[in-house]
Amino acid sequence: MQALYAQLLVGLINGSFYALLSLGLAVIFGMLNIINFAHGALYMMGAFVAYFLLNLGGINYWWALIIAPVVVGVFGMILERTMLQWLAGLDHLYGLLLTFGIALIVQGVFQNYFGSSGLPYSIPDQLKGGVNLGFMFLPIYRGWVVIFSLVVCLATWFLIEKTQLGAYLRAATENPTLVRAFGINVPRMITLTYGLGVGLAALAGVLSAPINQVRPLMGADLIIVVFAVVVIGGMGSIMGSIITGFALGVIEGLTKYFYPEASNTVVFVLMVVVLLVKPTGLTGRAA
Amino acid sequence: MRNKISALLLGSAMALSVASIASADDKVVKIGVLSDQSGLYADLAGPGSTLAAQMAIEDSGLKAKGWTIDLISGDHQNKPDIGTTIARQWFDVDKVDTIVDVPNSGVALAVNNVVKEKNGVYINSGAATSDLTNAQCSPNTVHWTYDTYMLAHATGQALVKAGGDTWFFLTADYAFGAALERDTTAVVTANGGKVVGGVKHPLNTADFSSFLLQAQASKAKIIGLANAGGDTTNSIKQAAEFGIVKGGQKLAALLLFLTDVKAIGLETAQGLNFTETFYWDLNDNTRAFSKRFSEKLKSGAPPTMVQAGVYAGLLHYFKALEALGGNPHDGAKVVAKMKTIPTDDPLFGKGEVEANGRVTHDAYLFEVKKPSESKGPWDFYKLVGTVPGNQAFTPLDKSTCALLKK
Repeated sequence: MQALYAQLLVGLINGSFYALLSLGLAVIFGMLNIINFAHGALYMMGAFVAYFLLNLGGINYWWALIIAPVVVGVFGMILERTMLQWLAGLDHLYGLLLTFGIALIVQGVFQNYFGSSGLPYSIPDQLKGGVNLGFMFLPIYRGWVVIFSLVVCLATWFLIEKTQLGAYLRAATENPTLVRAFGINVPRMITLTYGLGVGLAALAGVLSAPINQVRPLMGADLIIVVFAVVVIGGMGSIMGSIITGFALGVIEGLTKYFYPEASNTVVFVLMVVVLLVKPTGLTGRAA
Repeated sequence: MRNKISALLLGSAMALSVASIASADDKVVKIGVLSDQSGLYADLAGPGSTLAAQMAIEDSGLKAKGWTIDLISGDHQNKPDIGTTIARQWFDVDKVDTIVDVPNSGVALAVNNVVKEKNGVYINSGAATSDLTNAQCSPNTVHWTYDTYMLAHATGQALVKAGGDTWFFLTADYAFGAALERDTTAVVTANGGKVVGGVKHPLNTADFSSFLLQAQASKAKIIGLANAGGDTTNSIKQAAEFGIVKGGQKLAALLLFLTDVKAIGLETAQGLNFTETFYWDLNDNTRAFSKRFSEKLKSGAPPTMVQAGVYAGLLHYFKALEALGGNPHDGAKVVAKMKTIPTDDPLFGKGEVEANGRVTHDAYLFEVKKPSESKGPWDFYKLVGTVPGNQAFTPLDKSTCALLKK
């Protein structure tokens, strides 16, 4: 029973990454109608920016949590301005192919310069060590990841669903022409939204840098699972992707305990089941 | 009609005899480096293995003696089907004579069958599975650098003798992990230890916390990591995070490469014990080679033992070709010749290619230095022991290779 609690908690930790990443994807898909396959590469860039900040500039983890999402977010906005915006209104497939290509290029460039084994990034001193919870030894850093990402996820949900700005955004995706008629600069809002989604990915990258290796392919390995999360949760649903992110982390964690060989397929099995039963995803609205 | 057929037969017989006459002093060789060029093993093999092969060609001096040696490389992407497709194409279309490197035991075993079928030469440096020179041995295969038997015996035995008598395995769920766990289990139990549990994880896993918690709960003294590359570095890093080593359990990195230590960082990796057959800073010869190598490699890294094995294996192959006076394009014949010449090269020293294809040379027990002990960017290892070549690998009387039963 103790072991079970531990696995639940570990699942929750992984779920935080899924939630943060799928949230960014859901925001981008929901607001821009772009299936952002570059998300994994941007997540990886976040981790690399944190690494550079520390090793070249001596800037610590806490600043990296702010700077890396901004830097990568700006990079994302440049991508949106120079390339993605031309695909607005076209079939999803074009955006998917373009972002997939961007992901391959970005990963290839990083791999060319940094190899595939990755670079070390250590846990900040303030979060080192762990606490014994009785049923498991919880590294403080992992606890931090869960709480921090939960806060970020809820803040994002609040921003989009409950604020004036969020209302403009949602309106702009429904009917851009009408919103423009009210004097709102819709293209700029879309760019900023893409930047926000990308920034969330970069933030997840910084969070994961001390746990996983800072590797060029760290995002490629994760992005497929995250897409499955988004599909299960329902494309474009903010709360849906947050909840599914955490839930799937837990389910995966339990699989690792009961039948580890299946741990990297269980998410896809669930995806198939959900698609068969409810093609719009658990919380998705019909397109 | 009958005339036509006999004319055809005559023609092909003539062509065959012409071919065999030509091969007597044929000095054309084509080598294919088949590796993981971009995945989790790309740093420890990959482009560095191709460079090592180029250096072997240059250093062999055969080109000055009128030989033509071509080199191509391919990316098997850690998928056995892709590996065998490339190998077949190389033999059938590109007329490759020899395939080298091939990390990833799953791919290595699949390619092993293709090379045997096509009667090529297979000098494997990158793969670990000891099956290559046991159940799956082939007259066309030479297994150069290391294998699971050697890793299990050197590292496993040392740890059990130091009091680590209960083991829990984290095993990569494919041919290599299974072989390493099997070979290590044999050593542990033979030395009076006990395996109390284990878990098989998928290849290329990012998060090991679930598995590590199970290992922690097992209370085993040693957690054996029967995995490689990124899987090993992630396990070690996350084990530190979960306070496993501080809690009194010890990690046994059964297979650890130089590039892995770099990726983990000395802070976390210090004190780990493991076995390799090559280290760039062993002696003057290895330092000289490594200096030349890292100057040419884009990342500037010194060679890993896999890359060193590609170099040394090819040098030995060229010796055999030279002794034959030409390339017979008959893999079994060349490998047979390689087995008659004792191996002696600047990187692995003296040894031999045994009848089952296993190359024997010394194996070294290393310990990862403390950050304060490291004097340079790649100064990572402390030598703590040497296992002589004739004891490090499967004794021939225990090898299950069918070639030995003739």
